[in-house]
Amino acid sequence: MEKKMKRKGTVIFSEYTRGEGIKKALQKSREDILLEIRESKLKGRGGAGFPTATKWMLTAAAKSDVKYVICNADEGEPGTFKDRVLLLEYPELVFDGMVIGGYVIGASEGILYLRGEYEYMLKSLEDYLDAMRKDNLLGKNIAGKKGFDFDIKIRLGAGAYVCGEETALIESLEGHRGEARNRPPFPVNRGFLHKPTTVNNVETFASVSHIVVKGGQWYAKHGTDKSSGSKLFSISGDCEKPGVYELPWGTKISELLELVGAKDTKAVQVGGASGTCIPKSQFDRILGYEDAATGGSIMIFNESRNMLHVLKNFMEFFVEESCGQCTPCRIGNTKLLEGVEMIENGTYTFGYINKLKDLGKTMQVASKCGLGQSSPNSFISILENFKDEIFNGNGGVHGK
Amino acid sequence: MLVLEKNALTDEIEKLVLKYGTSRSSLLPILQDIQREHRYISDFAQQEVARLLDIHPVEVNSVISFYAFLNTTPKGKNIVRLCQTISCDFQGKKAVAQAIERELGISFGQTTKDNKITLEYANCLGMCDQGPALLVNDKVYSHLTPEKAVQIISEIK
Ligand SMILES: Cc1cc2nc3c(=O)[nH]c(=O)nc-3n(C[C@H](O)[C@H](O)[C@H](O)COP(=O)(O)O)c2cc1C
Ligand code: SF4
Ligand code: FES
Repeated sequence: MEKKMKRKGTVIFSEYTRGEGIKKALQKSREDILLEIRESKLKGRGGAGFPTATKWMLTAAAKSDVKYVICNADEGEPGTFKDRVLLLEYPELVFDGMVIGGYVIGASEGILYLRGEYEYMLKSLEDYLDAMRKDNLLGKNIAGKKGFDFDIKIRLGAGAYVCGEETALIESLEGHRGEARNRPPFPVNRGFLHKPTTVNNVETFASVSHIVVKGGQWYAKHGTDKSSGSKLFSISGDCEKPGVYELPWGTKISELLELVGAKDTKAVQVGGASGTCIPKSQFDRILGYEDAATGGSIMIFNESRNMLHVLKNFMEFFVEESCGQCTPCRIGNTKLLEGVEMIENGTYTFGYINKLKDLGKTMQVASKCGLGQSSPNSFISILENFKDEIFNGNGGVHGK
Repeated sequence: MLVLEKNALTDEIEKLVLKYGTSRSSLLPILQDIQREHRYISDFAQQEVARLLDIHPVEVNSVISFYAFLNTTPKGKNIVRLCQTISCDFQGKKAVAQAIERELGISFGQTTKDNKITLEYANCLGMCDQGPALLVNDKVYSHLTPEKAVQIISEIK
């Protein structure tokens, strides 16, 4: 796959040669690599921000002959498309990271779970894996390392957002409905086929490849104390230059808006439909785990946009994508959507809307998985931050 | 279904089971291949998959019903999926949707009379920086205008 254009960046988009990370890793002990990753303070890029070194250490420590490395390429959060760019333009970073993961945790099989909507990438990715096999970067005794065998296969999703949740993803791989599991046990102990499994985001693996080559300290020099390194942001909406940007954590929202040529911005949705909506008065907040966290989705809305319409679009998404397994999420999202429609039609009462906000808070704690726990975020933040325009008796239409 | 067709389908599913194996985790890849080939997974196909993987047909059906890209009733030869999520919505999804509906004479959720095209909405396709976006089967198209969308639809065979 040819690169459409050469991207430049400080960390993820910095120079890297295919196989470099694998070869470097295989000269070291597992412990040394884990220390390097720990020093980098890398946190998972899939949204939850779990420290990658800890996850890999737990999977490495789990006792089993068979373990799995899973790359989560289900990228379904509205407004996220940075994994698309990594997979199409930087497969070497992703696959090398998976091989390194296999070496560290002691797995011999990796699976890339690719969302069904990305089937158009399948051929180029399969070809890429074949090329790696030819170069002995996959297969037996990888890069001459005796006894280290590892291969990667690709499995396609089938159009279910919730399958991005790691335990639902594992259920799906096992041939079941993609319904989240109860945790514990965690996948690091009991994952795919009940074997210890590490599930990581595409960008997490890509980061590991760089860390192994350039060092944990180098990585941690970027970003902030609590959010080390840089992050890929998928930027869409009302701006002149949408696309994928690599920026250090700690970047202010206002700086980002400037960079992408956003004008008359009213709101920035950080973290996708399950994230929060940030109004103009808070554009000096920073992007990072300590403030506005995101798996990468940034959607920009200018003054002309109807925020109630935005909220309705999100709630429709969650009603459709809830797996229906637990009541708070199944019923809750439907109720929240109905509430939005009542505001639209002018048939709401403030008493009822407040009850729905409480319901949202219940969903955040009582839902079984991250979908239902985070779907009320937009409802609560949009209704709170844009109440003046939303409750103006005009169905949220601004100014009329 | 004719007996001959049934035999052919059984042969086909047996081949898939040989390819992917009989473990439960082979279920989705097998169903996905049947879906790709036939554009739906018939009752008979479900029974055969269940028999060969030694699971209950109800289980197979329940799995299919979970996934948006798998279905148990026939669809058109091609599936067009237009992204309905907010970034595409704000970039002109509605005008594109209306142009396609007018051109095909059907609404979203329906299939053309000649069975050529089924029209559906999808959620975010990961092309938000280039919206509005749609999929024709597994191909992605972006930066749509009503005119461009109709052009793409008219080229579907
Ligand atoms: C509804 C839902 C959808 C998710 N979708 C994704 C996804 O598409 N990609 C991803 O990497 N993580 C996704 N996650 C997070 C995963 O459960 C998991 O935390 C992540 O893959 C772990 O990888 P990391 O530690 O590298 O971030 C999702 C979580 C939820 C609750
Ligand atoms: S929170 Fe929603 S998506 Fe998650 S298990 Fe419950 S119903 Fe399913
Ligand atoms: S919103 Fe349409 S592709 Fe993401």
